[in-house]
Amino acid sequence: MSFNAFLFQALNGLSAASGLFFVAAGLSLIFGVTRIVNIAHGSLYMIGTYIAYSIATKVGGAFGFWGGIVITALLVGLIGAAIEIVLLRRIYRAPELFQLLATFALVLVINDATLWIWGPEDLLGPRAPGLTGSIEVLGRRLPTYDIFLIFVGPFVLWMLHLALAKTRFGRLMRAATQDREMVGALGVNQAMLFTGVFALGALLAGLGGALQIAREPATLATDLIVIGDAFVVVVVGGMGSISGAYLAAVIIAEVKALCIGLGIVNFGGFTVNFSKLTLVAEFLVMAAVLIARPYGLLGREQVAVRSVAEPEEPLRPSTPATKIAGLILLVVLVCLPLIAKNSPYTLVLGIDVLIAVLFATSLHFIMGPGGMHSFGHAAYFGLGAYGAALLVKWFAAPMGLALAAAPMLALVGALLFGWFAVRLSGVYLAMLTLAFAQIVWAAVFQWETLTGGSNGVLGVWPSAPFDTRTPFYFLTLALAAFGVLLLRKFLFAPFGYAMRAGRDSPLRAEAIGLDVKRVHWLAFAIAGAVCGIAGGLFAFAKGSISPETIGVSRSIDGLVMVLLGGIQTLTGPIVGASVYAVLQDYMMRSTEYWRALLGGIILLLVLAFPSGIVGGFVKLISRRKTTSKAAS
Amino acid sequence: MSAPMLSVENLGASYGAAQILYDLSLNVGRGEVVALMGRNGAGKTTTMKAIMGLMAQSTGKIRFDGHDISGRQPYEIARLGLGFTPEDRRIFSDLTVLENLDIGRQPPRKFSDGVPAPVWTEEKLLALFPNLGEMPNRPGGRMSGGEQQMLTVARTLMGNPLLILLDEPSEGVAPLIVELMANTILELKKAGVSILLSEQNVHFAELVSDRAYVLEKGQIQWNGTMAELAENIDIQRAYLTV
Repeated sequence: MSFNAFLFQALNGLSAASGLFFVAAGLSLIFGVTRIVNIAHGSLYMIGTYIAYSIATKVGGAFGFWGGIVITALLVGLIGAAIEIVLLRRIYRAPELFQLLATFALVLVINDATLWIWGPEDLLGPRAPGLTGSIEVLGRRLPTYDIFLIFVGPFVLWMLHLALAKTRFGRLMRAATQDREMVGALGVNQAMLFTGVFALGALLAGLGGALQIAREPATLATDLIVIGDAFVVVVVGGMGSISGAYLAAVIIAEVKALCIGLGIVNFGGFTVNFSKLTLVAEFLVMAAVLIARPYGLLGREQVAVRSVAEPEEPLRPSTPATKIAGLILLVVLVCLPLIAKNSPYTLVLGIDVLIAVLFATSLHFIMGPGGMHSFGHAAYFGLGAYGAALLVKWFAAPMGLALAAAPMLALVGALLFGWFAVRLSGVYLAMLTLAFAQIVWAAVFQWETLTGGSNGVLGVWPSAPFDTRTPFYFLTLALAAFGVLLLRKFLFAPFGYAMRAGRDSPLRAEAIGLDVKRVHWLAFAIAGAVCGIAGGLFAFAKGSISPETIGVSRSIDGLVMVLLGGIQTLTGPIVGASVYAVLQDYMMRSTEYWRALLGGIILLLVLAFPSGIVGGFVKLISRRKTTSKAAS
Repeated sequence: MSAPMLSVENLGASYGAAQILYDLSLNVGRGEVVALMGRNGAGKTTTMKAIMGLMAQSTGKIRFDGHDISGRQPYEIARLGLGFTPEDRRIFSDLTVLENLDIGRQPPRKFSDGVPAPVWTEEKLLALFPNLGEMPNRPGGRMSGGEQQMLTVARTLMGNPLLILLDEPSEGVAPLIVELMANTILELKKAGVSILLSEQNVHFAELVSDRAYVLEKGQIQWNGTMAELAENIDIQRAYLTV
């Protein structure tokens, strides 16, 4: 590639960086002040593209387009304020993961609302009036609108800087980012401040979306793509740093542009198709940055937020009642094929639920007792599933061997990724695990010759005697029960105590001689291996495996299951996974708008049970106990 | 004596399952400087945080300038004219001296009987604390402990408070700053501001206070005039000296 073509791609990258920067800046500001990681920020961007499209096409002309962009930004800002007032304000005192769950539910609701209002088709907006032409740069034609975008990014960055430095609202935001409680004690109404910040962040997302309609069509897939990119940008740039967000947006857009520009390159007989690396490039950049600079390029170590949530309850060994209940449940599950003789679908659903339980329990193992909030548990599910499926595909391996290989491959992956992940904590750990999961996903997606690419691996059927439904159900039940009990055993062994000690007080744990990182690393690996079993079972249950089943949405499903059940109880993930899997299955079959319904239910649950379903019941019971004690 | 500026009745407060304050009652009259004395861990800071609404109180009633402030939000309490300077200062380290002062800014206010409370401006405060006047644009994170102590007091004064909860202003700062703090307290008292001062050091408290409460294990063990406490070696030995 010539040097000029290189520069041209770099310019392209700069114009793409602007849109990315707007979303990331909004996300970063909101996180800084409210400590909420707003997963719905990509959805606000998406709404921006649709509203701007509508105004531009309905009103038309220069005003419809340019005025529409301004109106869209303001409207999305208002929507953001409404979200903050109606929903988030009620959950600031909830654990941070619950806030994530709530914003994820918003993603579902907003996506379906958009589908309902605008329909499923991609909508291509008009070209920007006044900027429809292109100019010649380095022998190629660059649209003038792209040049406009190149300048809009730094301009907004500059405006934000001015606002943060020169206005009282900006100073309050900076102060609240450091110590919001003290800001309150000085007479500042936090509720107003938080609403304002959320509105500003939403406005930026809406602006970013509105500016895109002249380049790309509005589509329903935008929300998750944009939020993924924005997370990467914010984490690479450093949480809470606006300049960092711009720098990171530019770096990532440039790396992507260069990958496209390089195309297929021959390294002495070795051909690498760089344009295929675009999917994974940003995550490689993020992984590299997090390993070298754990708090992002311009970020600083997070000050521990003065905790507003209640301290975590210790885990208790199960009471005889719980043990009996568990036994009864197991007996019912064993009898399920008899009970459900006339509805074969029940067993299919039963297998799905059991796999979900195994998946969620393994995630809970590192999230709850380990305190490591993994956003990429799908990686180990995928490694297990693909490990098993590829053995069958390439070596015609028997099912037993393939199922044994599943946890092994997942274990290797978890050992490798976990080694890096346990060096971080909080949001940064979450993002690094997400990056690793995306790398696995992209590898599977792009390595067509081995994995079949987007088509996946087909024909992964169980071998006799498990080739009919009932025996396979028993196999799944046996492995799931084994996995769950094994993890439980670990938690009440000294290893489990060490894990929890390391979570609650890493310094003190180290002072009594525990190697906290090593303990957490091993925990990560164990969870990965158990998750691999779930993946292997999944491949055989479905007879196939494809990249979309191991994407971000699977990781998020796992998080939702764990949080629904409640993170600090051991029955939580089991109940959460069952409820979630059954609900999802039921709703997907009953309505087109199942996402909105699911999101709505999650929101209700979050508002009603801020400590999860099981946690909520435990609290209710203990409250009743104390009141009856007080009465007697 | 007219109704006190601040009255705390039977206050109880706990962190999770651990109760810290028991049945604590105290009051501060208008224009009075009252010392809340006790060793580390006696509950001085917790008392102040509970009054300020920064931690939930479990029982009791708190009245300030005629308003019931029990269970109110910190910002609402601050807007009634109650100022709080925390022991760990909690300066916004990314913000400059002037910006820190701006965060504390509130409109001028009056006592409930209509008498205007003293009004503070940046100019007045930078004159009151000349060290701060020399570094108006220095970020809070690059200041010494003593300078931060002055800034946290100045920041609270920007809210034109009627009463200040002053948590251990003499802790961990140089003797020169301690002296400055004592003078500032007397200055504020002269201007009509009431102060509840938490303190371990009898000598410092004696310089500025009218009355004193002695706190131990979250309960008031003794109260009287500062002069009585200064002479009562037994009480000092039992609850104050280390």
